[in-house]
Amino acid sequence: MTPPMTCVTRPASPATDMFSRILTSGLIAGAATGLIAALLQLWFVQPVLLHAELYESGQLAHFGAEAVSAHQDLGPFEWTRNMLSVLFTMMVYAGYGLMLVALMALSEAQGNAVTARQGLLWGLAGYLTMQLAPAFGLAPEVPGVAAADVQLRAIWWLGTAAATGLALWLVAFGKGWAAWGVAIVLILAPHVIGAPQPDSYAGPVPPELSAEFAGRALGAGAMAWALLGLLAGWFWQRESQRAPVPQAA
Amino acid sequence: MTAKPMTAAGASRASVLFPAIAAFAIGFGLIFMSGLVQAETLHDAAHDVRHATGFPCH
Repeated sequence: MTPPMTCVTRPASPATDMFSRILTSGLIAGAATGLIAALLQLWFVQPVLLHAELYESGQLAHFGAEAVSAHQDLGPFEWTRNMLSVLFTMMVYAGYGLMLVALMALSEAQGNAVTARQGLLWGLAGYLTMQLAPAFGLAPEVPGVAAADVQLRAIWWLGTAAATGLALWLVAFGKGWAAWGVAIVLILAPHVIGAPQPDSYAGPVPPELSAEFAGRALGAGAMAWALLGLLAGWFWQRESQRAPVPQAA
Repeated sequence: MTAKPMTAAGASRASVLFPAIAAFAIGFGLIFMSGLVQAETLHDAAHDVRHATGFPCH
């Protein structure tokens, strides 16, 4: 005689369950933040970018015979272009969200509680890692500025993000001066080595626009990362509370 | 060797590591694809986002 079925769905293994919880929290927090980040960028960053493109394309010339008005008609709203930007911003932030929640899960398994409030700190650390530290060497570029080879910059960018992220983990969870010493070296090393720089300055875009663009890009990034951290922490805490508590053997 | 009783944290640590690495890798893949791959179509579609997010673009 077969015993009566008491459970309709087969319980998932702890690892599968954990994977789906990380995926759910990370993707939802990331996509929601991505949408807000995209709106912030379209509102505050995109006009500066479009303005700079007028100089990149040669429609306007900086230091020509006459002074150029700082107020230009930037054309109508480009739906295809801007919707692609919304889509890709959501993808980028979904990626950030997954990485952030994966690390939150690892840290929680080591006994560190993660809440929305803690999440704010995680978001700040993510911002330092993925935006501010790389920007210290390679400021967010407006189109049409002079820059070194893109592959070299990508390698330096990735190396800086990896080193800074690892360093911040060591600052937060390392115990003692050995860990903190390594963290200091990791934070400084990419900038002591130095980011790849162009051989000459040949950008046609006015420095005022470049500076405004860098400030706007970093500012919008800071807002978005704060939100991402909050949301990721909140969703993760909510998922953790729903999960069965692992039983001590 | 003395048998160590498995703690709650220990039990969950083992079941967290691989899912976390997998999710981290997927997240990195998304960022790499939207932010850094230089293939022309991808570059053109993600152009504004790459500039606005501070990725090296071109």
